Amino acid sequence: MRIQLKIWRQESPEAKGRMVDYELEDVNPEMSFLEMLDVLNEQLIQKGKIPVEFDHDCREGICGQCGLFINGRVHGPLAATTTCQLHMRHFRDGDTIYVEPFRAAAFPVIQDLRVDRSAFDRIIQAGGYISTRTGDAPEANTIPIPHDVAEDAFDAAACIGCGACVATCKNASAALFTGAKISHLAMLPQGKPEADGRVKNMVEQMQTEGFGHCTNTGACEVECPQEISIYHIARMNFEYNKAFVLKS
Amino acid sequence: MKLDAKIPDGSLEQKWGRYKGTTHLVSPNNKKKLDIIVVGTGLAGSSTAASLAEMGYRVKSFCFQDSPRRAHSVAAQGGVNASKNYQNDADSAFRMFYDTIKGGDFRAREANVYRLAECSASLIDQAVAQGVPFAREYGGYLANRSFGGVQVRRTFYARGQTGQQLLLGAYSALNRQVATGQVQLYTRHEMLDLVLIDGKARGIIVRNLNTGEIERHAAHAVVLATGGYGKIYYLSTLAMGCNGSAIWRAHKKGAGFAAASWTQIHPTCLPQSGDYQSKLTLMSESLRNDGRIWVPKKANDSRPPGEIPEEERDYYLERRYPAFGNLAPRDIASRAAKERIDAGYGVGPQRNAVYLDFAHAIEDYGIDTIRERYGNLFRMYEKITGYNAYERPMMISPAAHFSMGGLWVDYELMTTIPGLYAIGECNFSDHGANRLGANSLLQACVDGYFVLPNTISNYLVDELRSGKISTEHPAFEKAEREVRDQLEHLLAINGDRTATDYHKELGSLLYDKCGVLRTREGLTQAIEDIRALRADFRQNLKVPGDPDRVNSELEKAGRVADYLELAELMCHDALQREESCGAHFREEYQTPDGEARRRDDEFQYVSVWEYGGAEQSPILHKEELSFETVQPTERSYK
Repeated sequence: MRIQLKIWRQESPEAKGRMVDYELEDVNPEMSFLEMLDVLNEQLIQKGKIPVEFDHDCREGICGQCGLFINGRVHGPLAATTTCQLHMRHFRDGDTIYVEPFRAAAFPVIQDLRVDRSAFDRIIQAGGYISTRTGDAPEANTIPIPHDVAEDAFDAAACIGCGACVATCKNASAALFTGAKISHLAMLPQGKPEADGRVKNMVEQMQTEGFGHCTNTGACEVECPQEISIYHIARMNFEYNKAFVLKS
Repeated sequence: MKLDAKIPDGSLEQKWGRYKGTTHLVSPNNKKKLDIIVVGTGLAGSSTAASLAEMGYRVKSFCFQDSPRRAHSVAAQGGVNASKNYQNDADSAFRMFYDTIKGGDFRAREANVYRLAECSASLIDQAVAQGVPFAREYGGYLANRSFGGVQVRRTFYARGQTGQQLLLGAYSALNRQVATGQVQLYTRHEMLDLVLIDGKARGIIVRNLNTGEIERHAAHAVVLATGGYGKIYYLSTLAMGCNGSAIWRAHKKGAGFAAASWTQIHPTCLPQSGDYQSKLTLMSESLRNDGRIWVPKKANDSRPPGEIPEEERDYYLERRYPAFGNLAPRDIASRAAKERIDAGYGVGPQRNAVYLDFAHAIEDYGIDTIRERYGNLFRMYEKITGYNAYERPMMISPAAHFSMGGLWVDYELMTTIPGLYAIGECNFSDHGANRLGANSLLQACVDGYFVLPNTISNYLVDELRSGKISTEHPAFEKAEREVRDQLEHLLAINGDRTATDYHKELGSLLYDKCGVLRTREGLTQAIEDIRALRADFRQNLKVPGDPDRVNSELEKAGRVADYLELAELMCHDALQREESCGAHFREEYQTPDGEARRRDDEFQYVSVWEYGGAEQSPILHKEELSFETVQPTERSYK
């Protein structure tokens, strides 16, 4: 396959970026999208040019470190797929592909396609945990958790923290990311004692970081590689109202 | 190099309890005067940083990823073992200990392995308390499945994402401590050297990968939790950034490196399809609970799998190992697959794979049950290969996966450098010559939550008098200068081959000569080839860009430079061990029916290597293994 690439290049957080054209011959349809970028980078180095910086690590769709805007869609054209799991067989010979970084005020560009998503860590630091100390846990089967509750909690906990929800949202809202964690912990008996404080603090941190408000467009759910449902945003709102309204 | 394993007195069951009862402690109000550096934020690193901080120590935590949650523990799929005996199948700490030490082919220390089994149950309690959503039965109690090399069901799991869920538990505990200020977190920082003052580990030199700045960090103790180095084979199940640099640089500063060549080649990975390929994705071992492995009985059979009738299929694991069948341990399953592939029975376009077939399981349990058990794995398989495994068997192939070898540690998990600890996959301790499935998450967690926090005080109690460690010490200055020199040197070579190019060549050489099968001749040749490749690297490497900004190529080059040295040590290690044990299979030493032939009279020891200096051969030391409780037997799964 022959592929034309238009890639966002930006030298530093402060620099003004621009789209740069590249062309690749002999792209194998079995390659992953990131392997195609590897091939491009090897060629750039051989030509004495600076390779394109992009985030990636596990390349099996679970670490959440990769994330590109491909032809205007976060993580590319496939549903429920991270960038690293996208393969070139989903493109056609002669295609032009636009590659851009995730865009959100709370995710500043570091260089080229790399962005800083540490705001997510700070949201978790605000309360995305159960305050248990190593050593103080009771026997694991002391508190039964119904199968379906455990499965629902898992669905929320499956979030990989890639930021696709933010990048695709017109408001750059982190409601799906934050809601998934709040929902995961609120469903489990172990998470209930701290549920009120958790939702207040995490929502406040989300706002402090500069993420926008959720207007329920549902775009996040469509693009989430883990198919996390916006039902968890509803649960976050429920928990939030419960913490404020019902208690006051 | 003095090797004192510091194994406590008493019977196996008493040792850990006795140790904890008599070890020296740091009093609660003194802990805040002590700084600890933890490098790596996978399960071992996050869990220990959080636990140490909860106790009151001042902790600095480092990772090269952009968030602690990305560390490669996240990718572990199948499960974590614990001897809870919830299944009433006669499981116990002793049985788990025995399975593990036998699985490792009697090449691990009894006391460490028993402690792993003994602490396993507490880990499940800990994870459940953190909110880890393990699979549950309809009554609400925890579910289990089985893994290779055992005949009980003791594996706890969270669909096919157990590592992710356990890591998020540890990550949340870590973040809780970051929020209290007890842990200072440094993401996108890579450790480039260890700093020793008067022979003790006193700090590290790191590079900020976003800005290129070189920083000094001092502490009273340094804990390495930097994971495995299986990425040395280039094509592996590991993440692209996984590397051996932290432990290798510690080794060069004096830490003994144990059993470097013991690498687990995992039997169920996706086969290689082309030269551009960057990794081989793992398909969880849990699939072998329900999937059956086979190849055609006829060599070079090119019919599609569906057209090969039952009687023309060779279920070779069931044939060779009837007692364990498809759940034979990994080393054995990988060797058996390679034997069939090399003999011409491989399947797939490159004839480098075997089938893993779910047709029988779907018939027995229905497609919905199989989907609930393995749905995400089947989905991942389809994304990567384009094939639907509900309809046609998966094609799988062995790939480099786990490093049993690593920095030598004593019972307290301290390396041969005072004040330097190694926990999780980066040490050599519990798995012997082969790790059992679902014991990796366990070891990382047990080391991090339960062992290190209970052993480190025995060292730190004497460090209270040291006061704050200063980064102005000449040792820091020297280490920093060396790091800067190395980076500048890598950039200055300005040759014509990329770091990845060298890495690929090294990886293919290691697969060939120091992989599933090894020979004296091959290893001797490999040492020469690696030396030549290393010399070429120093002449012809090309690294673009500059050091004071993001530069992925510079990061890679540093890691590959270390791999080129570590690879040679692996070959020396495999060469000196003239026996076959676990994942180490020397073709000269096999039984008439092709099984590993161990030679306990001569090789019942752990090899521990001392760095011999640049371009010098390493120096071998031995920790003899004594078995007081179990009798090493020929390991049979037939």
